[in-house]
Amino acid sequence: MSLHTQTIIELREQLRRGEVSAREVTQAVLDRIQAVDDRLKAYLWLNPDDALAQADAIDRGSKDQPLAGIPIAIKDVLNVIGQPCTCGSKILRGHTAVYDATVIRQLRAAGAVLLGRTNMDEFAMGSSTENSSWGVTRNPWDLERIPGGSSGGSAAAVAGHEAIAALGSDTGGSIRQPAALTSCVGLKPTYGLVSRFGLVAFASSLDQVGPFTKTVADAALLLGVLAGHDPLDSTSVPAPVPDYQEKLNAGVRGLRIGLPKEYFIPGMDREVEAAVRAAIGQLTRLGAEVVEISLPHTDYAVAVYYLIATAEASANLARFDGVRYGARVRGADVLETYAKTRGAGFGPEVKRRIILGTYALSAGYHDAYYLRAQKVRTLIRRDFEQAFQKCDVIVAPTTPTPAFKIGERVDDPLQMYLCDIFTISVNLAGNCGLSLPCGFTAQPKLPIGLQLIGPAFAEPTLLRVAQAYEQATPWHTERPAL
Amino acid sequence: MPEDPNQIDIDHVAHLARLELTDAEKNKFAAQLKDMLVYVAKLGEVDVTGVEPTAHAVPLTNVLRPDEARPSIDPALVLKNAPESARGLFIMPKIVE
Repeated sequence: MSLHTQTIIELREQLRRGEVSAREVTQAVLDRIQAVDDRLKAYLWLNPDDALAQADAIDRGSKDQPLAGIPIAIKDVLNVIGQPCTCGSKILRGHTAVYDATVIRQLRAAGAVLLGRTNMDEFAMGSSTENSSWGVTRNPWDLERIPGGSSGGSAAAVAGHEAIAALGSDTGGSIRQPAALTSCVGLKPTYGLVSRFGLVAFASSLDQVGPFTKTVADAALLLGVLAGHDPLDSTSVPAPVPDYQEKLNAGVRGLRIGLPKEYFIPGMDREVEAAVRAAIGQLTRLGAEVVEISLPHTDYAVAVYYLIATAEASANLARFDGVRYGARVRGADVLETYAKTRGAGFGPEVKRRIILGTYALSAGYHDAYYLRAQKVRTLIRRDFEQAFQKCDVIVAPTTPTPAFKIGERVDDPLQMYLCDIFTISVNLAGNCGLSLPCGFTAQPKLPIGLQLIGPAFAEPTLLRVAQAYEQATPWHTERPAL
Repeated sequence: MPEDPNQIDIDHVAHLARLELTDAEKNKFAAQLKDMLVYVAKLGEVDVTGVEPTAHAVPLTNVLRPDEARPSIDPALVLKNAPESARGLFIMPKIVE
């Protein structure tokens, strides 16, 4: 069996027994990248010599760390010292990170081999990775289609077996949605569980870092490495990290699965709905109890999200002004230098969102838009609090449709934003969410994702339900024909 | 929602955002901003009487640490990324007359 198609857990056993070396695993993944990435374009930057040097260092050690010798790809929004960090934006062309994000330090301490940088929508704004300044990433299941976004490069890399796992970030669905569209497991941890130090900020009250993996067990393993309090991130919650492996195989008997009636909507793709309903049937046969729940403010979530996320982005992106990093376009004075630098450096979607966010925060409109959105956000949170009195985990589709064609929605921002309709409430409420494969459409064969949503810090339950479903179904064993 | 989306002053918003836009961009973004404002106007239907705003998903406030000097990033490394620098400083166009 080829090395690059295996999981973290499979490779870890072979590495520990000395049956393979970290160098062999890393070389196998590099060979795979060499073979397919000219078609997928998942990576923006790669340094094979550096990756192999990291692998050699692991081979000289004891290999008893949790990720010893496992090659992992990193979304271009997380700082890795000495590597480029452009956030998919030409405003950061040539920028080299000067420190490691906390999650990167955790990966290094766990023995991971950092492979390279994956493509993304510019500053994580998008649902298709088409907003990257550096070109389009393709879906390994159909090269004419988008891999989802904004972490589309990380998703394509894992689904295309160009990495054993990857890191992404999720502000409104940017891990779960691409995981669903490429048949990976994608986890958005609870807000505050994983450090954001060294993650370039998009919307600070919503952003979280999380893993892309081939299996649920790998997601549990990687989350165990990433989770934990970080004094460098003031939004990081000081709480002990549970053992995510402990109850992984405890099954779903006795758990209550909530079905939100607002998540089964007209306009949803018929095959997606059928696959999600079949998955719910499977969970019932495995012993879960299904209860109907209601999240009555669901219809307002996209509007709330696009006011709050753009308002926060308009403030966060003020730092890209041509003073300390990135390209500078000189004007007659300081103000003109800022405006010209930003006008030349940002792409259309980033400009669009800065405009909306600036407007929503501006004098006279702040209360009507931003403050009102924050109040409706409270009601969305309450919906979840009430729902979780009746159920342990909510089950829903991850996306309303499978992957769409490249170019299909580029000129219709609102249609693009509505792709995130099932994922954004989870960020607004600070819950955890996971997407895992639950089938394929017939013709063409495109992946479908099942979303599990839990209350804050319920990752052990989320992973347990996901594991039970995965072990009872064949979807995670299917591979794209590349 | 209080105002008429037809009255968007795109030049003012772009100025606040320190963002130079071409005329084509101004027309496009003004129209798209208007569409978004029409869409988000649905929030006006929600009764938010007495509802506190949520700024943040976790109840952490005033996270402090001891005010002690500690090692940081090497300034020389930081300045390597600067568009213009000299003598350990970032260089910018003159601000005061």
